[in-house]
Amino acid sequence: MRTDDLIGALADRLEPTSPRAPLREMTLWLLGGVTASVAAMLLWRGLRPDMMAAMATGMFWTKFAYTLAIGAAALWAAERLGRPGAKADRPARIVQSLIVGVVVLGAARYLTAAGDQRHLLLMGHSASLCPWNIFALSIPILIGAVMGLRRLAPTRPTVAGLAAGLAAGGLGAFVYSFSCNESAMPFVAAWYTLPVLASGALGALIGRYSLRW
Amino acid sequence: MLAALAGDARAYSSLLAELTKHLRAYYARRLNGAAEDAEDLVQDTLIAMHRRRDSYDPNQPLTAWVYAIARYRLIDHYRRNKVRNAVPLEDAAELFAADEIEPAMARRDVTRLLDRLPPARAALVRATKVEGLSNAEAGERAGLSEGAVKVNVHRALKSLSAGLRKDAGAEDDA
Repeated sequence: MRTDDLIGALADRLEPTSPRAPLREMTLWLLGGVTASVAAMLLWRGLRPDMMAAMATGMFWTKFAYTLAIGAAALWAAERLGRPGAKADRPARIVQSLIVGVVVLGAARYLTAAGDQRHLLLMGHSASLCPWNIFALSIPILIGAVMGLRRLAPTRPTVAGLAAGLAAGGLGAFVYSFSCNESAMPFVAAWYTLPVLASGALGALIGRYSLRW
Repeated sequence: MLAALAGDARAYSSLLAELTKHLRAYYARRLNGAAEDAEDLVQDTLIAMHRRRDSYDPNQPLTAWVYAIARYRLIDHYRRNKVRNAVPLEDAAELFAADEIEPAMARRDVTRLLDRLPPARAALVRATKVEGLSNAEAGERAGLSEGAVKVNVHRALKSLSAGLRKDAGAEDDA
Protein backbone atom coordinates (compact mmCIF):
# COMPACT_ATOMS: atom_id res chain seq x y z
CA MET A 1 0.00 0.00 0.00
CA ARG A 2 1.34 3.41 -0.84
CA THR A 3 1.83 5.77 2.03
CA ASP A 4 -0.33 8.48 0.43
CA ASP A 5 -3.20 6.02 0.11
CA LEU A 6 -2.76 5.02 3.73
CA ILE A 7 -3.00 8.65 4.81
CA GLY A 8 -6.16 9.05 2.75
CA ALA A 9 -7.67 5.93 4.31
CA LEU A 10 -6.82 7.04 7.84
CA ALA A 11 -8.25 10.50 7.25
CA ASP A 12 -11.46 8.97 5.84
CA ARG A 13 -11.81 6.85 8.94
CA LEU A 14 -11.21 9.77 11.29
CA GLU A 15 -13.73 10.07 14.06
CA PRO A 16 -13.68 12.96 16.49
CA THR A 17 -12.20 12.11 19.86
CA SER A 18 -11.79 14.15 22.97
CA PRO A 19 -8.33 14.49 24.49
CA ARG A 20 -10.02 13.85 27.81
CA ALA A 21 -11.61 10.54 26.78
CA PRO A 22 -8.68 8.34 27.91
CA LEU A 23 -8.61 9.99 31.33
CA ARG A 24 -12.32 9.38 31.80
CA GLU A 25 -11.94 5.71 30.96
CA MET A 26 -8.86 5.38 33.16
CA THR A 27 -10.77 6.91 36.05
CA LEU A 28 -13.62 4.45 35.58
CA TRP A 29 -11.24 1.47 35.59
CA LEU A 30 -9.50 2.79 38.66
CA LEU A 31 -12.74 3.45 40.51
CA GLY A 32 -13.76 -0.12 39.73
CA GLY A 33 -10.51 -1.41 41.23
CA VAL A 34 -10.74 0.77 44.32
CA THR A 35 -14.37 -0.19 44.88
CA ALA A 36 -13.50 -3.87 44.71
CA SER A 37 -10.64 -3.31 47.13
CA VAL A 38 -12.83 -1.38 49.60
CA ALA A 39 -15.54 -4.02 49.40
CA ALA A 40 -13.00 -6.76 50.07
CA MET A 41 -11.61 -4.86 53.04
CA LEU A 42 -15.07 -4.26 54.58
CA LEU A 43 -16.35 -7.80 54.07
CA TRP A 44 -13.20 -9.62 54.98
CA ARG A 45 -11.61 -7.45 57.66
CA GLY A 46 -14.06 -4.72 58.60
CA LEU A 47 -13.21 -1.24 59.78
CA ARG A 48 -10.97 -0.98 62.76
CA PRO A 49 -13.14 -1.14 65.87
CA ASP A 50 -11.68 2.02 67.37
CA MET A 51 -12.28 4.09 64.24
CA MET A 52 -13.72 7.11 66.03
CA ALA A 53 -10.96 7.32 68.62
CA ALA A 54 -8.29 6.71 66.01
CA MET A 55 -9.43 9.67 63.94
CA ALA A 56 -8.30 11.89 66.75
CA THR A 57 -4.72 10.61 66.57
CA GLY A 58 -1.94 11.97 64.42
CA MET A 59 -0.80 8.54 63.36
CA PHE A 60 -4.10 7.73 61.68
CA TRP A 61 -3.74 10.81 59.51
CA THR A 62 -0.06 10.13 58.87
CA LYS A 63 -0.91 6.73 57.41
CA PHE A 64 -3.82 8.32 55.56
CA ALA A 65 -1.62 11.01 54.00
CA TYR A 66 1.39 8.80 53.28
CA THR A 67 -0.54 6.13 51.42
CA LEU A 68 -2.85 8.50 49.60
CA ALA A 69 0.07 10.71 48.50
CA ILE A 70 2.02 7.74 47.15
CA GLY A 71 -1.08 6.55 45.32
CA ALA A 72 -1.79 9.96 43.82
CA ALA A 73 1.80 10.75 42.81
CA ALA A 74 2.34 7.32 41.27
CA LEU A 75 -0.94 7.62 39.36
CA TRP A 76 0.22 10.95 38.05
CA ALA A 77 3.48 9.32 36.95
CA ALA A 78 1.58 6.47 35.29
CA GLU A 79 -0.57 8.93 33.36
CA ARG A 80 2.52 10.80 32.16
CA LEU A 81 4.20 7.54 31.17
CA GLY A 82 1.10 6.62 29.21
CA ARG A 83 1.65 9.58 26.92
CA PRO A 84 4.48 9.26 24.40
CA GLY A 85 7.12 11.93 24.86
CA ALA A 86 5.81 13.19 28.21
CA LYS A 87 8.12 13.37 31.22
CA ALA A 88 7.33 11.76 34.55
CA ASP A 89 10.31 13.14 36.47
CA ARG A 90 8.39 15.26 38.93
CA PRO A 91 5.86 12.70 40.13
CA ALA A 92 8.64 10.10 40.23
CA ARG A 93 10.67 12.35 42.52
CA ILE A 94 7.66 12.87 44.77
CA VAL A 95 7.13 9.11 45.14
CA GLN A 96 10.81 8.65 45.94
CA SER A 97 10.91 11.40 48.53
CA LEU A 98 7.74 10.15 50.23
CA ILE A 99 9.15 6.68 50.61
CA VAL A 100 12.59 7.85 51.69
CA GLY A 101 11.04 10.39 54.08
CA VAL A 102 8.81 7.89 55.86
CA VAL A 103 11.55 5.25 56.05
CA VAL A 104 13.91 7.82 57.59
CA LEU A 105 11.25 8.91 60.12
CA GLY A 106 10.55 5.30 60.98
CA ALA A 107 14.23 4.49 61.39
CA ALA A 108 14.75 7.58 63.56
CA ARG A 109 11.85 6.62 65.82
CA TYR A 110 13.18 3.07 66.06
CA LEU A 111 16.74 4.10 66.86
CA THR A 112 15.79 6.68 69.48
CA ALA A 113 13.50 4.26 71.32
CA ALA A 114 14.61 2.32 74.37
CA GLY A 115 15.91 -1.12 73.54
CA ASP A 116 12.98 -3.05 74.98
CA GLN A 117 10.46 -0.88 73.09
CA ARG A 118 11.97 -1.40 69.69
CA HIS A 119 10.56 -4.80 68.95
CA LEU A 120 7.00 -3.63 69.61
CA LEU A 121 7.45 -0.44 67.57
CA LEU A 122 8.62 -2.37 64.54
CA MET A 123 6.59 -5.55 64.74
CA GLY A 124 3.38 -4.32 66.39
CA HIS A 125 0.97 -7.23 66.65
CA SER A 126 0.26 -7.78 62.95
CA ALA A 127 3.59 -7.57 61.15
CA SER A 128 3.14 -11.04 59.70
CA LEU A 129 -0.33 -10.16 58.32
CA CYS A 130 -0.24 -6.50 57.34
CA PRO A 131 2.00 -6.64 54.24
CA TRP A 132 0.05 -9.57 52.81
CA ASN A 133 -3.27 -7.87 53.41
CA ILE A 134 -2.09 -4.69 51.73
CA PHE A 135 -0.68 -6.63 48.83
CA ALA A 136 -3.97 -8.51 48.39
CA LEU A 137 -6.04 -5.32 48.56
CA SER A 138 -3.73 -3.76 45.95
CA ILE A 139 -4.38 -6.41 43.33
CA PRO A 140 -7.87 -5.32 42.19
CA ILE A 141 -6.57 -1.73 41.99
CA LEU A 142 -3.54 -2.90 40.01
CA ILE A 143 -5.81 -4.64 37.52
CA GLY A 144 -7.88 -1.47 37.15
CA ALA A 145 -4.79 0.72 36.80
CA VAL A 146 -3.21 -1.49 34.13
CA MET A 147 -6.45 -1.78 32.19
CA GLY A 148 -6.80 2.00 32.35
CA LEU A 149 -3.23 2.52 31.22
CA ARG A 150 -3.81 0.29 28.21
CA ARG A 151 -6.14 3.01 27.03
CA LEU A 152 -3.16 5.37 26.64
CA ALA A 153 0.06 4.55 24.80
CA PRO A 154 2.97 3.79 27.14
CA THR A 155 6.21 3.68 25.18
CA ARG A 156 8.08 2.29 28.21
CA PRO A 157 5.73 -0.51 29.26
CA THR A 158 7.85 -1.79 32.17
CA VAL A 159 8.30 1.63 33.76
CA ALA A 160 4.65 2.50 33.20
CA GLY A 161 3.70 -0.81 34.83
CA LEU A 162 5.96 0.01 37.77
CA ALA A 163 4.16 3.33 38.27
CA ALA A 164 0.77 1.61 38.04
CA GLY A 165 1.93 -0.97 40.57
CA LEU A 166 3.20 1.64 43.04
CA ALA A 167 -0.07 3.54 42.66
CA ALA A 168 -2.06 0.37 43.32
CA GLY A 169 0.15 -0.42 46.31
CA GLY A 170 -0.31 3.08 47.73
CA LEU A 171 -4.07 3.01 47.29
CA GLY A 172 -4.28 -0.57 48.59
CA ALA A 173 -2.40 0.53 51.71
CA PHE A 174 -4.75 3.50 51.96
CA VAL A 175 -7.76 1.19 51.95
CA TYR A 176 -6.12 -1.09 54.49
CA SER A 177 -5.29 1.81 56.80
CA PHE A 178 -9.00 2.03 57.70
CA SER A 179 -8.87 -1.50 58.99
CA CYS A 180 -5.45 -1.59 60.62
CA ASN A 181 -5.02 -0.34 64.16
CA GLU A 182 -1.24 -0.24 64.26
CA SER A 183 0.07 3.15 65.18
CA ALA A 184 3.88 3.11 65.27
CA MET A 185 5.97 4.91 62.70
CA PRO A 186 8.55 2.12 62.32
CA PHE A 187 5.75 -0.35 61.67
CA VAL A 188 4.26 1.81 58.93
CA ALA A 189 7.66 2.57 57.43
CA ALA A 190 8.43 -1.12 57.09
CA TRP A 191 5.16 -3.03 56.65
CA TYR A 192 3.27 -0.46 54.62
CA THR A 193 6.18 0.41 52.35
CA LEU A 194 7.19 -3.16 51.60
CA PRO A 195 3.92 -4.24 49.93
CA VAL A 196 3.82 -0.95 48.00
CA LEU A 197 7.21 -1.85 46.52
CA ALA A 198 6.11 -5.44 45.91
CA SER A 199 3.03 -4.22 44.10
CA GLY A 200 5.29 -1.94 42.04
CA ALA A 201 7.44 -4.92 41.07
CA LEU A 202 4.38 -6.95 40.11
CA GLY A 203 3.11 -3.99 38.09
CA ALA A 204 6.43 -3.72 36.25
CA LEU A 205 6.28 -7.42 35.38
CA ILE A 206 2.67 -7.21 34.19
CA GLY A 207 3.30 -3.97 32.32
CA ARG A 208 6.23 -5.43 30.49
CA TYR A 209 3.98 -7.94 28.78
CA SER A 210 0.50 -6.46 28.82
CA LEU A 211 1.15 -2.78 28.13
CA ARG A 212 2.82 -3.34 24.76
CA TRP A 213 0.98 -2.09 21.74
CA MET B 1 -3.48 18.04 15.55
CA LEU B 2 -6.19 19.59 17.68
CA ALA B 3 -8.36 20.07 14.60
CA ALA B 4 -7.67 16.45 13.69
CA LEU B 5 -8.75 15.23 17.12
CA ALA B 6 -11.96 17.18 16.71
CA GLY B 7 -12.59 15.32 13.45
CA ASP B 8 -11.32 17.66 10.70
CA ALA B 9 -10.25 15.13 8.05
CA ARG B 10 -8.53 17.64 5.78
CA ALA B 11 -6.38 19.10 8.55
CA TYR B 12 -5.60 15.55 9.60
CA SER B 13 -4.42 14.34 6.21
CA SER B 14 -2.21 17.37 5.66
CA LEU B 15 -0.73 16.88 9.12
CA LEU B 16 -0.03 13.21 8.38
CA ALA B 17 1.54 14.12 5.03
CA GLU B 18 3.80 16.62 6.77
CA LEU B 19 4.75 14.16 9.51
CA THR B 20 5.44 11.47 6.90
CA LYS B 21 8.32 13.57 5.57
CA HIS B 22 9.85 13.85 9.02
CA LEU B 23 9.33 10.17 9.70
CA ARG B 24 10.96 9.16 6.41
CA ALA B 25 14.02 11.21 7.31
CA TYR B 26 14.01 9.79 10.84
CA TYR B 27 13.91 6.15 9.74
CA ALA B 28 16.21 6.62 6.75
CA ARG B 29 18.89 7.89 9.10
CA ARG B 30 18.49 5.01 11.52
CA LEU B 31 18.08 2.08 9.18
CA ASN B 32 20.84 3.27 6.85
CA GLY B 33 19.71 2.10 3.45
CA ALA B 34 16.92 -0.38 4.13
CA ALA B 35 14.45 1.78 2.18
CA GLU B 36 11.59 -0.74 2.21
CA ASP B 37 11.86 -1.30 5.96
CA ALA B 38 11.90 2.45 6.45
CA GLU B 39 8.71 2.94 4.44
CA ASP B 40 7.04 0.06 6.30
CA LEU B 41 7.97 1.70 9.56
CA VAL B 42 6.62 5.06 8.40
CA GLN B 43 3.26 3.41 7.66
CA ASP B 44 3.41 1.43 10.89
CA THR B 45 3.97 4.65 12.82
CA LEU B 46 1.15 6.47 11.03
CA ILE B 47 -1.23 3.67 11.96
CA ALA B 48 0.02 3.64 15.56
CA MET B 49 -0.46 7.41 15.79
CA HIS B 50 -3.94 7.08 14.36
CA ARG B 51 -4.99 4.36 16.80
CA ARG B 52 -3.55 6.14 19.81
CA ARG B 53 -4.23 9.69 18.72
CA ASP B 54 -6.07 10.56 21.90
CA SER B 55 -2.97 9.77 23.96
CA TYR B 56 -1.69 13.12 22.71
CA ASP B 57 -1.82 15.71 25.45
CA PRO B 58 -2.60 19.16 23.96
CA ASN B 59 -0.28 20.78 26.52
CA GLN B 60 2.72 18.90 25.14
CA PRO B 61 4.80 19.53 22.03
CA LEU B 62 3.49 17.44 19.15
CA THR B 63 6.98 16.57 17.90
CA ALA B 64 7.91 14.95 21.21
CA TRP B 65 4.80 12.78 20.96
CA VAL B 66 5.48 11.83 17.33
CA TYR B 67 9.14 10.98 17.85
CA ALA B 68 8.43 8.98 21.00
CA ILE B 69 6.00 6.85 18.99
CA ALA B 70 8.46 6.61 16.09
CA ARG B 71 11.16 5.44 18.48
CA TYR B 72 8.83 2.91 20.05
CA ARG B 73 7.97 1.48 16.61
CA LEU B 74 11.68 1.35 15.76
CA ILE B 75 12.50 -0.60 18.92
CA ASP B 76 9.63 -2.93 18.15
CA HIS B 77 11.03 -3.39 14.65
CA TYR B 78 14.44 -4.30 16.06
CA ARG B 79 12.86 -6.73 18.47
CA ARG B 80 10.88 -8.47 15.74
CA ASN B 81 13.95 -8.72 13.51
CA LYS B 82 16.23 -9.75 16.36
CA VAL B 83 18.53 -6.84 15.52
CA ARG B 84 20.22 -8.21 12.41
CA ASN B 85 22.72 -5.41 11.99
CA ALA B 86 24.37 -6.09 15.33
CA VAL B 87 28.05 -5.39 15.88
CA PRO B 88 30.18 -8.07 17.58
CA LEU B 89 30.92 -7.11 21.15
CA GLU B 90 34.69 -6.95 20.62
CA ASP B 91 34.24 -4.23 18.00
CA ALA B 92 31.72 -2.25 19.97
CA ALA B 93 34.33 -0.35 21.96
CA GLU B 94 35.78 0.97 18.73
CA LEU B 95 32.33 2.07 17.58
CA PHE B 96 31.74 4.14 20.69
CA ALA B 97 35.30 5.43 20.87
CA ALA B 98 35.05 6.92 17.40
CA ASP B 99 32.02 8.88 18.52
CA GLU B 100 34.02 10.64 21.17
CA ILE B 101 37.19 11.21 19.20
CA GLU B 102 35.74 12.63 16.03
CA PRO B 103 34.11 15.73 17.48
CA ALA B 104 37.19 16.34 19.62
CA MET B 105 39.42 16.15 16.54
CA ALA B 106 37.16 18.46 14.59
CA ARG B 107 37.25 20.94 17.44
CA ARG B 108 41.03 20.79 17.56
CA ASP B 109 41.32 21.32 13.80
CA VAL B 110 39.07 24.34 13.92
CA THR B 111 41.05 25.87 16.75
CA ARG B 112 44.32 25.33 14.92
CA LEU B 113 42.95 26.86 11.73
CA LEU B 114 41.59 29.88 13.51
CA ASP B 115 45.03 30.49 15.02
CA ARG B 116 46.29 31.32 11.53
CA LEU B 117 43.95 34.29 11.28
CA PRO B 118 44.46 37.74 12.77
CA PRO B 119 42.94 37.54 16.29
CA ALA B 120 40.09 40.00 15.65
CA ARG B 121 38.94 38.11 12.57
CA ALA B 122 39.31 34.75 14.32
CA ALA B 123 37.05 36.03 17.08
CA LEU B 124 34.40 37.00 14.53
CA VAL B 125 34.52 33.60 12.83
CA ARG B 126 34.32 31.85 16.18
CA ALA B 127 31.33 33.96 17.21
CA THR B 128 29.34 33.44 14.01
CA LYS B 129 30.32 29.94 12.90
CA VAL B 130 31.20 28.10 16.12
CA GLU B 131 29.00 29.76 18.73
CA GLY B 132 26.24 30.35 16.21
CA LEU B 133 25.59 34.04 16.84
CA SER B 134 23.99 36.14 14.10
CA ASN B 135 26.11 38.71 12.25
CA ALA B 136 24.33 41.48 14.11
CA GLU B 137 24.99 39.91 17.53
CA ALA B 138 28.65 39.31 16.72
CA GLY B 139 28.95 42.87 15.47
CA GLU B 140 27.50 44.24 18.65
CA ARG B 141 30.04 42.29 20.64
CA ALA B 142 32.99 43.52 18.56
CA GLY B 143 31.69 47.04 18.00
CA LEU B 144 31.23 46.59 14.23
CA SER B 145 28.28 46.96 11.90
CA GLU B 146 26.45 43.87 10.66
CA GLY B 147 27.83 44.43 7.15
CA ALA B 148 31.41 44.71 8.39
CA VAL B 149 31.06 41.40 10.23
CA LYS B 150 29.74 39.77 7.10
CA VAL B 151 32.64 41.01 4.96
CA ASN B 152 35.26 40.09 7.56
CA VAL B 153 33.90 36.58 8.07
CA HIS B 154 33.68 36.05 4.35
CA ARG B 155 37.29 37.12 3.80
CA ALA B 156 38.48 35.06 6.74
CA LEU B 157 36.82 31.92 5.40
CA LYS B 158 38.22 32.59 1.95
CA SER B 159 41.77 32.92 3.22
CA LEU B 160 41.32 29.79 5.35
CA SER B 161 40.15 27.74 2.41
CA ALA B 162 43.00 29.08 0.29
CA GLY B 163 45.38 28.06 3.08
CA LEU B 164 43.86 24.59 3.25
CA ARG B 165 44.18 24.14 -0.48
CA LYS B 166 47.84 25.07 -0.29
CA ASP B 167 48.37 22.58 2.57
CA ALA B 168 46.78 19.84 0.53
CA GLY B 169 48.98 20.75 -2.47
CA ALA B 170 52.11 20.67 -0.28
CA GLU B 171 51.17 17.22 0.99
CA ASP B 172 50.64 15.98 -2.56
CA ASP B 173 54.08 17.29 -3.56
CA ALA B 174 55.82 15.63 -0.65
